Amino acid sequence: MELTSIQQSMLNGEHGEAVQQSMEILVALGKIYGADGMVPVSSAQIAGVSYKTIGEAGLEYLSDLAKKGAKVKIPTFLNPAGMDREQWQKMGVPADFAKRQMAVLDAFASMGISMSCTCTPYYIGIRPKVGEHVAWAESSAVSFCNSVLGARTNREGGPSALAAAICGFTPNYGFHLDEKRACGLVIDVRAPLKTNADFGALGAWAGQLAKHRNPAFSGIRKTAANEDMLKALGAAMAASGSVALFNVEGITPEYKVVDGAEKVTFAADDLLASRRSLTSSDTPPQLIAIGCPHASIDEIKEVAEKVKGKRVAHQLWVCTAKETKEKADALGYTSTIEAAGGLVVADTCMVVCPLKEMGFTTTACNSGKAAKYLASLQGQKVVYGDVEDILCK
Amino acid sequence: MQINGRSIARGIGEGEVLLCHDAISFLGDIDPKSGICVAPKHAIEGKNIAGKVLVFPQGKGSTVGSYVLLQLAKNGKAPAAMVNVEAEPIIAVGAIISKIPMVDKLEKNPFDLLKDGMKVKVDGDNGTLSMA
Repeated sequence: MELTSIQQSMLNGEHGEAVQQSMEILVALGKIYGADGMVPVSSAQIAGVSYKTIGEAGLEYLSDLAKKGAKVKIPTFLNPAGMDREQWQKMGVPADFAKRQMAVLDAFASMGISMSCTCTPYYIGIRPKVGEHVAWAESSAVSFCNSVLGARTNREGGPSALAAAICGFTPNYGFHLDEKRACGLVIDVRAPLKTNADFGALGAWAGQLAKHRNPAFSGIRKTAANEDMLKALGAAMAASGSVALFNVEGITPEYKVVDGAEKVTFAADDLLASRRSLTSSDTPPQLIAIGCPHASIDEIKEVAEKVKGKRVAHQLWVCTAKETKEKADALGYTSTIEAAGGLVVADTCMVVCPLKEMGFTTTACNSGKAAKYLASLQGQKVVYGDVEDILCK
Repeated sequence: MQINGRSIARGIGEGEVLLCHDAISFLGDIDPKSGICVAPKHAIEGKNIAGKVLVFPQGKGSTVGSYVLLQLAKNGKAPAAMVNVEAEPIIAVGAIISKIPMVDKLEKNPFDLLKDGMKVKVDGDNGTLSMA
């Protein structure tokens, strides 16, 4: 791997211990993946933020790094944490967990990292341009970045994204290279897709089929797929497979299919079957959780309009970025949802907060990604459906 | 005898070989307080990795495994060095942040060459393994 003289001096320890350790991580990853050198990145998103995910081991690592004086060189923000920084008590998060979570966030803050804890940085103004290189970590954000924005990122781990943020570059391999961005599977969509839950069901189905290939979609009309739906599609594929890039004909900035790509059809029956497979409970939910990935202002508006003047029968969370919540506060959506018995929750989501410890066993969602992780990581029974359906369960 | 490989994490570590034919998920498989493998039916179930030159194919499982290596190091229960057949990011990152010397891709298959209890030296700076 070719290193510039500055990169070499960082590796030799001339810029301090935190930089040296970060360089060592980037060089090791470059070796493992056969990178020819480093590529500058314009932003970084750090995963492994929830104390529920990283535990005491992760907290110790981050505290050590902060003590060594680590500072980020580029705009850097966080994946969702295990709780809303302000409303954790309202959510029912245990106090000891809250204390540990705040210690994790304090360590990040001392490194100069923005306290935006969200999987949808692109809803709060962080939108890299086509071809721009970044180092993002959260799987659905990675997919959106590569696919919908046409920018370039690998699916970083917590330490590798942090190392990229501290050094300002990342090893040049994988999705940073043209040849890794073409699609080896084409899915012709014949099923009518109307809602996020439909796109999530398509994603859950396609992710399992894709294996190591990037999927391309044909047959989705531009007017029938907004950014929220593409977000839902990518998030579900990242969860059910490990898809980090997809193309949609006529919609995404890139649409490149390799010669000899496999072609399959997604029919109306497949949609029904996939939606059904995401439900694992026939009893009503205790919690209705919307906003996986974090809700856009339009998605919050939709919930507010549906619950206006009503009382929701179960607990309701609409999870979003803090900046998006502030917009919802100003537009009156938050108070409408609160009047119906719900909460607009920032910084966290149903996948990374300590749900079981909070006593929940059955949760409803409209997200293909949440459906998968609520079952596998949170031990929940899942009710899957459109926003309208799950609000009325 | 010296065998050449690839440097993954710098530093020099010496100790007795512990061969492990299974991939390791440090989160879950290894107790961070004792260094003992607690995974049922794992190739090194019940064995302690502390102070050993741990030879295994590669890491697997949660990326939090990197942090568990750091906890082991802080508790004085980390391996003296690690040898992987082919490194992947979880173990590579864990070795670097925990300062555990590590090499991979040795010229010869370490499982043919090494036996449990042999004394060896791993040179993570130069990417070599040597036997007395």
